[in-house]
Amino acid sequence: MIRFLLAFLLTTLSAPALAQADLQTILQTHADEVESPGRRTVAPVIEDLLASGLPSVPMFLEAWQGRDIVRNAEDGLFYIAGAEKDDTVTLIDIASKEPVATAPDAALSEARPNGGVRRVIGAALVQFRLSDPDPQARRDALASIARRPDADQIEPLRGSLDTEENARIRAEKERLLNILVARFGATTQARVDAIEALSGSITPDARAALAQILETEEGVGTEAPGGNVAGPVTLSPDEAYARLVDEGLAPPIVTPAAIRDAILANAEGDSVAGIPLATLNTDAARRAAYDRLATDGRASPFVTQAQVDAALAIHRFDAIYTEADPAVTEAALASLSAVERQVALNQTADLALDAISLASIYFLAAIGLAITFGVMGVINMAHGEFIMMGAYTGYVVQQFVPDYTLSLVIALPLAFVVAAAAGIAMERLVIRHLYHRPLETLLATFGISIALQQLAKNIFGTQARPLTSPGWLSGQWVANELVSISYIRIAIFVLALAFLELLLFILNRTRLGLEVRAVTQNPGMAASMGIDPDRINMLTFGLGSGIAGIAGVAIGLYAQVTSEMGANYIVQSFMTVVVGGVGNVWGTLAGAGLIGVLQKTIEGFNPSNTLAAQTYMILFIILFIQFRPRGIVALRGRAAEG
Amino acid sequence: MIRTATLTAILCAGALPAVAQDADCPIKVGVLHSLSGTMAISETTLKDAMLMLVEQQNADGGLLGCDLEAVVVDPASDWPRFAELGRQLLTEDEVDVIFGSWTSVSRKSVLPVLEELNGLMFYPVQYEGEESSKNVFYTGAAPNQQAIPAVDYFLEELGVEKFALLGTDYVYPRTTNNILESYLMDQGIAEEDIFVNYTPFGHSDWSTIVSDVIELGSDGSQVGVISTINGDANVGFYKELAAQEVSADDIPVVAFSVGEEELSGFDTSELVGHLAAWNYFQSAESPENEEFIAAWQEFIGDEARVTNDPMEAHYIGFNMWVNAVEEAGTTDVDAVREAMWGQEYPNLTGGTAVMGTNHHLAKPVLIGEIREDGQFDIISETDPVPGDAWTDYLPDSAVLESDWSELECGMYNTETESCVQLTSNY
Amino acid sequence: MTDATLSYRAQRPPIKRTSTMIFLGTLTVFVVLVTVLSGADLISTSFVKLLGKTLCLALAAVAMDVVWGYTGILSLGHMAFFGLGGYMIGMWLMWARTEAIVQANLATQSLPPTPAELRDAIGGQIFGVVGTSDIPLIWSFAHALPLQLILVVAVPGLLALVFGWLAFRSRVTGVYLSILTQAMTLALSLYLFQNDSGLRGNNGLSGLQNIPGFENTSQAWISLTFFWASALALGLGYLLFAWVVSGRMGSVLRAVRDDEARVRFLGYHVESFKLFAFTLTAIVTGIAGALYYPQAGIINPGEVAPIASIYLAVWVAIGGRGRLYGAAIGAIAVSLLSNWFTSGGVPDIDLGFYEIRWTEWWLVLLGAGFVCVTLFAPKGLGGLVDLIARRTDPDRQGAYGPDTGAKRTSEGAE
Repeated sequence: MIRFLLAFLLTTLSAPALAQADLQTILQTHADEVESPGRRTVAPVIEDLLASGLPSVPMFLEAWQGRDIVRNAEDGLFYIAGAEKDDTVTLIDIASKEPVATAPDAALSEARPNGGVRRVIGAALVQFRLSDPDPQARRDALASIARRPDADQIEPLRGSLDTEENARIRAEKERLLNILVARFGATTQARVDAIEALSGSITPDARAALAQILETEEGVGTEAPGGNVAGPVTLSPDEAYARLVDEGLAPPIVTPAAIRDAILANAEGDSVAGIPLATLNTDAARRAAYDRLATDGRASPFVTQAQVDAALAIHRFDAIYTEADPAVTEAALASLSAVERQVALNQTADLALDAISLASIYFLAAIGLAITFGVMGVINMAHGEFIMMGAYTGYVVQQFVPDYTLSLVIALPLAFVVAAAAGIAMERLVIRHLYHRPLETLLATFGISIALQQLAKNIFGTQARPLTSPGWLSGQWVANELVSISYIRIAIFVLALAFLELLLFILNRTRLGLEVRAVTQNPGMAASMGIDPDRINMLTFGLGSGIAGIAGVAIGLYAQVTSEMGANYIVQSFMTVVVGGVGNVWGTLAGAGLIGVLQKTIEGFNPSNTLAAQTYMILFIILFIQFRPRGIVALRGRAAEG
Repeated sequence: MIRTATLTAILCAGALPAVAQDADCPIKVGVLHSLSGTMAISETTLKDAMLMLVEQQNADGGLLGCDLEAVVVDPASDWPRFAELGRQLLTEDEVDVIFGSWTSVSRKSVLPVLEELNGLMFYPVQYEGEESSKNVFYTGAAPNQQAIPAVDYFLEELGVEKFALLGTDYVYPRTTNNILESYLMDQGIAEEDIFVNYTPFGHSDWSTIVSDVIELGSDGSQVGVISTINGDANVGFYKELAAQEVSADDIPVVAFSVGEEELSGFDTSELVGHLAAWNYFQSAESPENEEFIAAWQEFIGDEARVTNDPMEAHYIGFNMWVNAVEEAGTTDVDAVREAMWGQEYPNLTGGTAVMGTNHHLAKPVLIGEIREDGQFDIISETDPVPGDAWTDYLPDSAVLESDWSELECGMYNTETESCVQLTSNY
Repeated sequence: MTDATLSYRAQRPPIKRTSTMIFLGTLTVFVVLVTVLSGADLISTSFVKLLGKTLCLALAAVAMDVVWGYTGILSLGHMAFFGLGGYMIGMWLMWARTEAIVQANLATQSLPPTPAELRDAIGGQIFGVVGTSDIPLIWSFAHALPLQLILVVAVPGLLALVFGWLAFRSRVTGVYLSILTQAMTLALSLYLFQNDSGLRGNNGLSGLQNIPGFENTSQAWISLTFFWASALALGLGYLLFAWVVSGRMGSVLRAVRDDEARVRFLGYHVESFKLFAFTLTAIVTGIAGALYYPQAGIINPGEVAPIASIYLAVWVAIGGRGRLYGAAIGAIAVSLLSNWFTSGGVPDIDLGFYEIRWTEWWLVLLGAGFVCVTLFAPKGLGGLVDLIARRTDPDRQGAYGPDTGAKRTSEGAE
């Protein structure tokens, strides 16, 4: 400790030139700040470091940003933490990059710059990184500029352009330079040119630059304001008057609360201005009492409507650009309005993608049901639990097969097998006996559903389980800055389409499909033609359940795997099938499409309340079924009677 | 008909096992946590934690010369059942104290019963405040012990300029977001820079909402997300963030309902760098914490089991209650309540928790960054903050105060200087 | 079977009359027994509350039986009416209790409150929990008990009337109708879940066991009173429904169940009969809910979630469809058993290698129970009565109905 104090004293007493000579010394003058930096307080440290011009500064800043800097309690000095072995850490010198010492883990305290500080450090590093040989470092530097554009960055960025070899990074540098010039350029002409170049760009930072150029301040006054005026502000009379009051330009309107406060403040014993308090239990009586106080001068008088109108008439409210140059704001306005149309169009496209994605999820969840319920007419309340089984199968496979791609390849067929086996078992043991009593199937399968849910809880615990998608499914497909969709959703969409094709093929083109249709329409007749209805029912049910299992894996990949995940989808799935039209795979597709698009549209109107969107969607479905009781794609003829 | 009668008889007999027993020994501790249904996810752990604490206390010689006995019931995530079982615990099992509930609605269900029968309950979960009952001690965080410091951190340290308040649609997120909105406006954040969204429980379709949040930052502002998203829905939310390639550096998320226990169900590699605010993290370095973690993992027989904030709340609450009973020399509710005021007990994170006369704890607030191993790097720790039952940031409750010792009122209006209500009518 | 065909009614004295008498008699004995036991402090207040609530559920189940077992409409949304009844009475309970507290508090001040201030203070207390103090329009009648009591009947009744009229008019039947009713209750619960619904969102209405005006009456008395009221409601409801299903009306309802088309061709306006049964049962279910929730103490949107209505159907199925006492038995048995298993009353079974904790296994057991009853005892618990009464012979003759609701040849041969 004493040594540290001595070091500290020496640093402060010695000449500044000496202090600049050594990185460690600079750090020691700011030791506490280096150890636990704050976003607002870290600036002096970084300024000192940059001012020193030491070659080791960029390396140190990177290590600091990467949280590799430790402070050794024994000598109070900062090091880069090296390899750790048996609780002993190798310490690397911050200037020479050589291992110089070791220290026990417990003696070291890590310097942990938080996200805000790391951004500040990143900004400081920009000038060093712009010409860094490592392309990734250059990209980081550009990202840092994009996040916090600053006038100082123009020169280093322009300087680094000439030496840039990577075409993509060069393009990005030029783009950013353009944005920086638009905001901070030296001449009006340079800025206007830069702004015009931005007019087609829908990237967030370009729009941000335009929005910031167009920032306004609102002012109130009796005369036309000076400066670069954007235009008058439209306010409702109430809002406008409230602003006048805020600015001290008009007396406040007397509210019931103000009346009450004035009465209480001026009460003498049991009465106020000669009126007993006990009688003041209506607004009218209180106003009368207040009026007396006002005439006595003990309260400010009521503000009449005429006074309000008069005050509003003589004042005007204007928005004034903070940017003083009208040429720049005009150019920015023109560019922004061109961009805005594009943005709106792209946002609609993005919403449409979301809607299609949601529809494919609903379709995938409901497609198994389209077979068991739609084709066979069995109300399987445990359908959701087959989805859950599939998801848990995926989870279990991942426990044994660590490679995510391989485990997915194994999990998909396995989930089909597991869920199909469960479905067949259920069909054989329970549903077979209840084919003529569909409403009772509902009860029996509901029993199975709650039992399976609880079993899943008992086996896997109540906590959600992770089901991780392989690396090639993470990330998103980006059409442009606004339109994008994650790969996992595309995969679900593809999977949904594949199942649609598969089912159509099986039902319409195979012997099994023919037999299924025959058995569904008339089991007795089918049996007499040599088809075994029992076998067909079993296979059909297995197929429907198996597909639910695969859907479970897909749903688990993008959302959560819990024992209740199936229950979340069951009601939706039934509605999808019913809205679409029972007995027809196309119907289910139509139902899922309708529900998905509808839900996203309603959400679009009120983005802050997803729950309301769901409520209205269900109300719509209820009404829809009133008018098309047999769904969108209604079967006609004899098949409809089944 | 005979069946009904016999059934009733059997049930009557079954429901009354405890009447004949000695009222004094053993001392009974009621555990009112859901072991089935949706809330079992979180609450089962707390039941186990209580069983461990009771076992430890018995190993240390019990309390007042008696053994402690835990009476466990299962309200099955069914809110009216909390009231029903609360009554059963107090009148039939005659427990001396109840540890239980998770979510405000379950607490508000059992509250009138506690007040009617003068029971005593410890509620261990962070909640929205706006309540102070004579018969409840709140050992979880009030908004000023979790939400406000987290927002301060966003403003001060991360320089966040636009806020997205995302929550599950129920009372805790609603009230917390109301408080935060009003607080943020006090801090000079414009109303249009605050985006609020509510989603149903278990929501999984996050793509549009995440896009909306990203769009917030299109004018170059730093955006931060304050998440009061509950339970499973978080999985989909973080997965979507990762899918849309949003890192914690771009848009930091601070969550109030994501702790170690929840993270064990996530693939945490996608969450690294996002934040959570609690009063306790398992990664806190203190001898008490190491001991507690070791005892817990041994009790549950699983080296990988994590500890979390509500467990610490029960740990503090239980030990304070034990000390208060010893101080009072009785388990009588009124005596214990008075002994609870000013009760001190070491936090697992270091420092000391103090029980205030408003029945809320003074605890430090910790902010942690999620690590790849599902634990948290503690990056900020405040001095102990006394829990505030009535928030100062909503005009209606700013004038309210709770003090059961001096004012003898949980909802005292300082403006009119009168006690608005003694029992909890909310 | 009790749903005897018309020809049987001529030959045999209607068993319904006897079964009704037995049911009411048992109910009376039960009420007296519980009253005496509770007077002697032998059963606890919470158990009386439980029994009272169970009777309300039994009344809802009896109503469900009329609409499903007799009319053949499997409504998976009847608990929506139950919940609405509860919400309607809950609004008054909360309002009146809050009003008393607010008045007591404001009376201590020197300046008496204006009506607007009173309203604001009440609104602040009731809606403070959802972050507002504005009183929504739907609370306009909450200050007056008679008006709110009318709403207990009117709101579920109107909803059922409108919904039923729409659905029956467009001939939505069978499974479609079931799913439609399920959508209705789902929409209602999602709506109520929203904070902006004006009914306090997820928190719902709480503290309902504190009856305004009876602050000093002990809960023991209040719960006993509600128990009596529930028993009375069950008795009256049972009588009403026994009357409805026994006369010509009952015959038509059963005919609608067995073959709707045929009844229509006979010149009956099927939709009106279905609408009548649907609406009447909805009203009675609403009343049952209004009696239930003051005993439960809290009502929230979870109570009208679709699963609650499925449970109601399951109770009826377990008790035995098509006989009113069956539904009541089913509801009472399952809800009491559920309660017993989850309140820790059943000892765990240690198998040595595994310990069966009933809180974990109860739902598995219940689920398996549903399956077994559906498979092996399609007549439900009520079928046991047939064994006692030696009425095992099938009471169906001639050609059986062709499809869903009707008895099949195989069943007739049992």
